[in-house]
Amino acid sequence: MTLVASRPAVTTRPRTHRLRPGARIRFGFLVGPFLLLALWAAASASGLLDPRFLSAPWTVIGTAAELIESGRLQENLLASVQRVALGLAIGVPLGTLLALVSGMSRWGEAVIDGPIQIKRAVPSLALMPLLILWLGIGEVMKVTVIAVGVLVPIYIHTHNGLRTIDSRYVELAETVGLRRGTFIRKVVLPGALPGFLLGMRFAVTTAWLFLVVAELINSTTGIGYMMDLARTYGQTEVILVGIVLYGLLGLFSDAAVRLVERRALSWRRTLAS
Amino acid sequence: MATDVGELIRVQALTRRYGSRTILDRLDLEIAPGEFVALLGQSGSGKSTLLRAMAGLDGDVAGDGSVEVPGQVSVVFQDARLLPWQRVLDNVVLGLDGAAERGRESLSEVGLAGRERAWPNELSGGEQQRVALARSLVREPRLLLADEPFGALDALTRLKMHALLRRLVEQHRPAVLLVTHDVDEAIALADRVLVLDHGRIAAEQRLDAGRDTTEIRAALLRALGVTGE
Ligand SMILES: Nc1ncnc2c1ncn2[C@@H]1O[C@H](COP(=O)(O)OP(=O)(O)OP(=O)(O)O)[C@@H](O)[C@H]1O
Ligand SMILES: [Mg+2]
Repeated sequence: MTLVASRPAVTTRPRTHRLRPGARIRFGFLVGPFLLLALWAAASASGLLDPRFLSAPWTVIGTAAELIESGRLQENLLASVQRVALGLAIGVPLGTLLALVSGMSRWGEAVIDGPIQIKRAVPSLALMPLLILWLGIGEVMKVTVIAVGVLVPIYIHTHNGLRTIDSRYVELAETVGLRRGTFIRKVVLPGALPGFLLGMRFAVTTAWLFLVVAELINSTTGIGYMMDLARTYGQTEVILVGIVLYGLLGLFSDAAVRLVERRALSWRRTLAS
Repeated sequence: MATDVGELIRVQALTRRYGSRTILDRLDLEIAPGEFVALLGQSGSGKSTLLRAMAGLDGDVAGDGSVEVPGQVSVVFQDARLLPWQRVLDNVVLGLDGAAERGRESLSEVGLAGRERAWPNELSGGEQQRVALARSLVREPRLLLADEPFGALDALTRLKMHALLRRLVEQHRPAVLLVTHDVDEAIALADRVLVLDHGRIAAEQRLDAGRDTTEIRAALLRALGVTGE
């Protein structure tokens, strides 16, 4: 015979954080996209979706496989990734530098801030005709479009991050007699890092956005070119491969930035952690 | 004249104004090397203004007068003011090259050995203030300026911090100007207690050995305008 000890009825309060979003879900950012995919598959399988209008996911996968086999996908992807990488490599340091100069001196701000705000107000596509006139329709123009587009969010958010650094830290830096270089390294840059990384998240998605626009104009390589060509032949499945590719690239570059963000800002205790 | 004239801290005819309001009015103050001075005063009497002037942090405030302080001055603020993105040890040795070892020693002096790699956010309020103290002392200041450094701490932690501060000051022997609104804290720690009122030093009490502290306390409270005790 077993004895069951009767426990006193103590009500322990559950240790939950009622107002916090809850524990982190692994690869949580993929949940939404997968739901969308499932919906698309269901609509195609049930015949609700006309394949001439939108090809089924498996057709797209098949086409992607064919494109990979023939080497066309890799070739075009490489061309696109190179443009984006170059655009980021030029635009990000430039935007950061401008933000630093503008954030740390009144004169810098007076000179730099205005033009960037104007650039922001003008739709980037409106600048395309001018850029084409100046730089032609080659690679230089494409990379410039991306770099200039990336520069703006980096500048805006880094500058904002700089300006919101607590003045008490500046005072501290003065009392311990920090030199200017050390001040920038230990106070300014880390203080502006959250802003910079937010700008980075906008920048990577912006980069892919401008890539499409640039590649639709007289390209002979790139995902955009591949899609434009498919349009003339009415191949929706190739267009879809391109769209999915853009989506994936955007999603993963954003995830990469977020990963860096989590690592670099581990000192922060925020709502999201 | 004091033996080490070079280290005498001297504030002469110091005036500070915010707009048309004169906060400090031709204030004179001298602190001997190694002397511990506490500064009392009602809220808004200008204690922080004086301290900031002595720390050279008020370049944008109108006024005149002269301030002579030693080359090495450290400031402890009411908030610990640690850079949240720097680990504890990096905060202590901020701006000092190759001082990691001294920083570690300084941290163990304030009882925080082993917490070098922690983020400031992971420390309690009292621990953060101890890190700030370590950051000040690792620079071997000849003058330590402290603006209500224990104001945000609970009573028990305050008492512990008093003992710690007294021990550290005995070891490093900087001159100290401690701003506080707590008369008992001033009496417990200082060699000399000043009361700031109407922009001047309005009262002064020396805590020589053997003097009756209840009498000093009453005199200071009177100077602060607190009657009935
Ligand atoms: N930046 C400022 N601009 C305008 N007035 C100021 C400024 N800083 C301080 N004051 C004024 O100067 C007076 C003295 O301020 P101070 O901070 O020195 O007082 P305090 O003695 O430290 O007071 P507390 O005990 O409350 O800290 C106050 O009346 C305050 O309003
Ligand atoms: Mg004050």
